[in-house]
Amino acid sequence: MSAAEAQTAASAAAADRSARRERRGAPPGEPRRVGYVYVAPALVIYAVFLLFPLVRAVQISFYKWDGLTLGGWVGLRNYADILADPALRAAFGHAAVLVVFFALIPTAVGLVLASVVARARVRGLTFFRTVIFLPQVVAMVVVAVTWRQIYAPDGPINDVLRFVGLGDLARGWLGDFDLALPAVGMVGTWVSIGLCFVLFLAGTGKIPRELYEAARIDGAGPIREFVSVTLPAVRNEIVVALTLTVIAALRTFDLVYVTTGGGPGNATTVPSYEVYRRAFELGAVGSAAAIGVTLTAIILLLNLVIARIGEQP
Amino acid sequence: MRRPHCAAVALTALVIAACAPGSGSAGGDAETPYGAGEINTDPASLGEVTLTVWDQEVRGGQDAQIEALNAAFQDEYPNITIERVSRSFEDLQATLRLAITDDEPPDVVQANNGRADMGAFVQAGLLTNLDPYRAAYAWPDRFPTSILSYSSYTEDGVTFGEGSLWGLPQMGEVVGFYYNKALLAQLGIDAPVTWDDLDAALAAAKAAGQLPLQFGNLEAWPGIHLFGAVQSRYTPADQIRDLGFGRPGAEWTTEENLQAAQTLVDWVDAGYVTPEFNGITPDDAWQAFAQGEGVFMLGGTWLLADLMDAMGDDVGFTVLIAPGTDMPVATGGTSLPFAVTDATEDADAAAAYIDYITSFDAMEIVTEKGNLPVVEASEQQVSASLQGEAFAAWDAVTGSDGLLPYLDYATPNSYDLLTAQVQALMAGETEPSEFLEQLQAEYESFVGG
Repeated sequence: MSAAEAQTAASAAAADRSARRERRGAPPGEPRRVGYVYVAPALVIYAVFLLFPLVRAVQISFYKWDGLTLGGWVGLRNYADILADPALRAAFGHAAVLVVFFALIPTAVGLVLASVVARARVRGLTFFRTVIFLPQVVAMVVVAVTWRQIYAPDGPINDVLRFVGLGDLARGWLGDFDLALPAVGMVGTWVSIGLCFVLFLAGTGKIPRELYEAARIDGAGPIREFVSVTLPAVRNEIVVALTLTVIAALRTFDLVYVTTGGGPGNATTVPSYEVYRRAFELGAVGSAAAIGVTLTAIILLLNLVIARIGEQP
Repeated sequence: MRRPHCAAVALTALVIAACAPGSGSAGGDAETPYGAGEINTDPASLGEVTLTVWDQEVRGGQDAQIEALNAAFQDEYPNITIERVSRSFEDLQATLRLAITDDEPPDVVQANNGRADMGAFVQAGLLTNLDPYRAAYAWPDRFPTSILSYSSYTEDGVTFGEGSLWGLPQMGEVVGFYYNKALLAQLGIDAPVTWDDLDAALAAAKAAGQLPLQFGNLEAWPGIHLFGAVQSRYTPADQIRDLGFGRPGAEWTTEENLQAAQTLVDWVDAGYVTPEFNGITPDDAWQAFAQGEGVFMLGGTWLLADLMDAMGDDVGFTVLIAPGTDMPVATGGTSLPFAVTDATEDADAAAAYIDYITSFDAMEIVTEKGNLPVVEASEQQVSASLQGEAFAAWDAVTGSDGLLPYLDYATPNSYDLLTAQVQALMAGETEPSEFLEQLQAEYESFVGG
């Protein structure tokens, strides 16, 4: 039997099989319950390591529990405390500030950078792309330790300020009650810009050059081009960038833990840091779970809102 | 899609209603009756025993001493095997709660003294009361009362610093003033003995253009120590003890505490402490001190080894005598006490182990590996002058009952409150009176409720 003949025979057999199935009246994928077998392995792992802990966290959040003795049911009191406690409200406020630094500023800067690069040929783009993306690759703890040195009273930033004659502005950035939070936020900006830039670069890369040319023929300047061509084209990338960076902002823990420990005073404490502090240091596990659940809900909600940006025509 | 949805809701409700968190834990069950006749203090007669020990002695000299003692203990009692689980302090703190409530918890654990740890464990009935062993091994002959009080709680876990004994420490810690001998000599000043001496020395250092007091408070805990030291100058020791152990009967809002808080502010205003101290890490601070920046630095004995390495004989250590007394008073404590879990089946072996690693013989090994032994410090042979000064200071403070608890022991929330408040006080964000009112409110809500 030649190869061609074999192929013909095989396709005939396949046609025969599908004909048989049609004869039995079962569409592909039947019986439908077979589908569950395919998803089972992933579902089991997801349930054991994610759904169960989530349900358990919700359950614990209704108790006053020290992690040692029998917990006592308190209903929604842990949640009421989140609203009532000014220190906790402040922590959520700080998280909101971090969203600006982690998500909004990097998205804006990333868009500008990407659109500039999209308009012109940049020599050594691969190199710059790598350098700008690098902070994403470095572990956050390493980033935090490094920036703690950079912000130190005799660190590089203050050295530069003194060198250019702005010594009056030099200070212990992380120890300043007003500037510690923005200082921590700037680290987030530095980390996030790379991610946003690379995402938007990928987005602008698929815009056909003809669109820019057409815009220019119609008399559009750089800003008009950006608004009418670049921005609509990278809408999906913006959604992805915002989703990732907003989550990074809200769940910030390691950065705060290493740089300031929530200080000075309570100027930089954030919800995830409070979760850790309450669960492991204070033994207020119920309250910690309530904060965690609230934070999860807020993150979900924000992401739903962000997803809407992508849906609009 | 409707039915599975309802099922999921029903299932969730079932799980939530099923069992309260903590209902499966080992603690809080039947009271163990204590009788002096039931305990056995001869480990050799206990048969084959395996002891699981969780400790946090992971740093150089600490690790070396516990390894040496474990080996010596097993050599002496071949029937006892020690399974050591060592974790860093932070890791231990994060995992001990889970481990100790497990169905098969470790036999011996190092539990931090404070209310959030040892206090909570006692309250939950998770530790063995060591009172019978205290009598059998005559521990009060070995340890001064002030040391034992650091691991004492009443049986309900409510009162700290008195009552039954729940653990024993190996090492001591005292916070005192390190001083740069060369810089002091330049100023023509002897090492200070009293607080008035320190005042004079700080002023002289400032006048000579030196940094009087090296201080880095980015991690916020050094602030507790600095405030504690200044407080011990003004406030009577027994009041500080009540405040520190979170016992009723004292007050934060007193004239003496106000003086202490004001002193810190005055020191900042006078330029006695490192500028921008809230932005400097404690590690950077002691390294700067070691390089000659700063005449004094407040620090604990945990810095001994590092500073000896860096400065040799150029550094001294002193604890100061409070006005109106003739003995030094200082903040300090012990290393984390070793405690016996309630669920262990080998309490006798566990107690024997703890007795062994805190014995006078063990103290020699503790010293040999560069640590400050909790007892018998002045009996030890030390070569370096700094170590000798620190050991003498420790003995003077504990011998005269002048050891004051860390103020953050007071309530579970004290650490966070005090660290944040001292940062705010010294940065001028909070007035001294407001600072004390915050502490008073926390103290009242705790001892009152």
